[in-house]
Amino acid sequence: MAQKLQFCTFYLDGLLFGVKLTDVQEVIRFLEVTRVPLSSGVVSGLINLRGQIVTAIDLRKRLDIAPRPGEAQPMNVVVRSENCAVSLLVDQIGDVVEVEEDSFEPPPETLRGMVRTVILGVHKLDDRLLHVLDTEKACQVAETSEVAAIQT
Amino acid sequence: MPANDSDIVSEFLAESYENLDRLDRELVSLEKDPQNRDSLAGVFRTIHTIKGTCGFLGFGKLEKVAHAGENLLSLLRDGRLNLTPEITTVLLGMVDAIRQILAEIKTTGLEGDADYSGLLERLKLLQSSGAKPDAPPASPSAAPPPPVAPPIIEAKEVEKAVIQPAAKSEAPPAATGTASSETIRVGVNLLDNLMTLVGELVLARNQLLQYSNLVENASLQAVSQRLNLIATELQGEVMKTRMQPIGNIWNQFPRTVRDVALGCGKEVAIEMEGKETELDKTIIEAIKDPLTHLVRNAVDHGIELPEVRVKAGKPRTGRLLLRAFHQGGQVNIEISDDGGGLNRDRIKQKAVERGLLSPDQAARMADRETYNLIFLPGFSTAEKVTNVSGRGVGMDVVKTNVEKIGGTVDVQSTPGHGSTVRVKIPLTLAIIPALVVTCAGDRYAIPQVSLLELVRLEAEQAKTKIELVHGAPVYRLRERLLPLAYLRHELDVKPKDGAEAAGAINIVVLQADGRPFGLIVDTINDTEEIVVKPLSKQIKGIKTFAGASIMGDGSVALILDVLGVAQRANIIGETHDRELEEAVTGTGPQVSQKSSFLLFTGPDEAHMAVPLDTLARLEEIPASQVERSGTRWVAQYRGQILPLVNLAFALEERRSRRRHKKFFAAGAENARLQILVCNYKGQRVGVMVEQIVDIVEDSAEVRYPASRAGVLYSAVVQGQVTELIDIPAILEGSGIEAFQDERAAEVIQ
Repeated sequence: MAQKLQFCTFYLDGLLFGVKLTDVQEVIRFLEVTRVPLSSGVVSGLINLRGQIVTAIDLRKRLDIAPRPGEAQPMNVVVRSENCAVSLLVDQIGDVVEVEEDSFEPPPETLRGMVRTVILGVHKLDDRLLHVLDTEKACQVAETSEVAAIQT
Repeated sequence: MPANDSDIVSEFLAESYENLDRLDRELVSLEKDPQNRDSLAGVFRTIHTIKGTCGFLGFGKLEKVAHAGENLLSLLRDGRLNLTPEITTVLLGMVDAIRQILAEIKTTGLEGDADYSGLLERLKLLQSSGAKPDAPPASPSAAPPPPVAPPIIEAKEVEKAVIQPAAKSEAPPAATGTASSETIRVGVNLLDNLMTLVGELVLARNQLLQYSNLVENASLQAVSQRLNLIATELQGEVMKTRMQPIGNIWNQFPRTVRDVALGCGKEVAIEMEGKETELDKTIIEAIKDPLTHLVRNAVDHGIELPEVRVKAGKPRTGRLLLRAFHQGGQVNIEISDDGGGLNRDRIKQKAVERGLLSPDQAARMADRETYNLIFLPGFSTAEKVTNVSGRGVGMDVVKTNVEKIGGTVDVQSTPGHGSTVRVKIPLTLAIIPALVVTCAGDRYAIPQVSLLELVRLEAEQAKTKIELVHGAPVYRLRERLLPLAYLRHELDVKPKDGAEAAGAINIVVLQADGRPFGLIVDTINDTEEIVVKPLSKQIKGIKTFAGASIMGDGSVALILDVLGVAQRANIIGETHDRELEEAVTGTGPQVSQKSSFLLFTGPDEAHMAVPLDTLARLEEIPASQVERSGTRWVAQYRGQILPLVNLAFALEERRSRRRHKKFFAAGAENARLQILVCNYKGQRVGVMVEQIVDIVEDSAEVRYPASRAGVLYSAVVQGQVTELIDIPAILEGSGIEAFQDERAAEVIQ
């Protein structure tokens, strides 16, 4: 029998995404974000997660998806990446989904660009596709303009 | 039979590391005093303990190494062998080998497969060769150059994982193992977690206090006040658990000095003062490498060869002095040697060769600036590259590392008499006082160590007072041009709501790399003690931020890295040149002879001033906040009660002893009172003056004796005859001490 995998799912611009359930620390509603000037655009800012300062990453920007409509407040999916908590900002939270391992397929060749490094592939659910994210990669941020500027 | 009981093994490891650290010290001191049977016995016992335990745990290789060492030591102990530098070197090599095996055990649980047969061979050899009773008495000074030590790989810093009990180097070696009941071993992780939790508790406490002030509920307020006290005390105590004596890292220096000195044929004695000076663990770790480098440097470069010393009329043995002491909320560490001092001309010559200075500049450069050139990257005057120093990296790394933790380095030198490197570092990094400012709707914290002063320009002034030097904004601060930077531009932020703050301008005068500059912010909020949290790796690369902190209302604020901001604004690059220019034109030192005064108007519009360094802060409070407590006037201030003294009455009371019914003149009930907050006998006292005028720098050279009590002298300050007020004398006459009892009584209630 094929192995079962569990994913914490969420929506971005109507698409269904998922990260491994074991990577997820918690899911919380919107928290006030303190922006970080000069950081990469992908970093939305810092949040206070019960006394711990956590970097929030705007997954829409990370995945090259159009910005979230103005008034909508994102949710925080807090994941553990290299032993550090990182919050991924998503539109809406979905269910915890259990899938068969063999429903997985790598992304098609036509998927190009940096998104390809973040999306491991898809699981074919009955009614839609579940995009599986590489948690580590999703938390990675390209060198900021600041760093580049100082190094030159 | 590898031991499988990990608890016993980790206990063994921790204990052995401590023993080894002591061994290093004891062996080096033994070398100086080979006849000291007590310390020899101590060394023997330590090795014996290690040997015994590892035999019990089944670490055969370790046992073999320790055993060979023990054999050699037993000969020494029985007086059948005399300690020579050669023997010491091999014994130290054995200590290193044991460390290496222990590190291996720690990471893999096994002893590893490094080969120590060479070392064992040497240990045996010395045993037999030196065992003759007629072995020539060793005289360390005349000893031949030591043989090449067996290949030694420095053991990793595993000791860090354990907080060591208080330094006990003075205790006799036999005392260990029995005195353990008063200290317990606690993992550093646990302490870090405790610190985090206390930080959270403090935040929760702040929120509760805010809430309890809104709700009129006496019992809630009482409870929250008590919580407040307890949390503050708890915070203090937890901070203390992270404090370690600097001796913990100094203890390895005798060994370092010995190795380096032996390597370059020098004789050096190391002395230490203030070993017990305590520092936060994170700082201790951060300064370990820079200090080690400075010590090695002092031996390699600073102290001369014995023959040279003798020729110069100095004792053969060089002296290296390490001093640590607290001063003004900072820890000072000094490393002094009595060597030849820095060679001023060679430094200048090098600087010119490297294109750092023009020959003309070099010729006129002051000594102090010259010496500090050695901290520039790639600067080394060592004539030959040794394995210790001279590679041109080092001093600049020392400087960068020290500055990273908010410290400063400075070097002083007297030709022929040696040099002193002074490192100043903050006590702790975990909780620092900071100035909170607002820029484009966000709050930022600025560490107060870099803060010099605040300047506020009203709207009309702002238009004219900020001038441009070919587009670069400057402000004339006490007749010197202060380069300005707009925080908003440097951070490239726009206000969230799009509203443009107009009118008054707030300049935060900061110091970066010894140079002042003004940072223009939207609003200056307050000073606050903040808990510093590191930035995550996603944003760590941004040089303008040193960390982040959680404010009283639970939101996150970034902590500005003043050095980073200055670099971004190009302040540092420019001013480095300026510093040189000033050094050559000689304008720099003159300024330092001046002192800063706060000018204000006193009673009857008299011109008065106080030296700025007697003041803690300046405050403006509404007159309605002044309350009466017993016979005193007070105001609530930063969660404490601030006793108030009206300067006008204080000067007058000395004559009339008249009691005043009101703190301020009639009709001033709605005015805002200007208060100078001073530190006096361990508490803060507010002195009310009529009007604060300005802060000026003046030498106040023209002086005239005081005409009344409470005045130091009259002087011409900024072209005006001004009375210099003697704040302590004023407060002396106002009975402030009695106040402390009242305060204590209140706390008890």
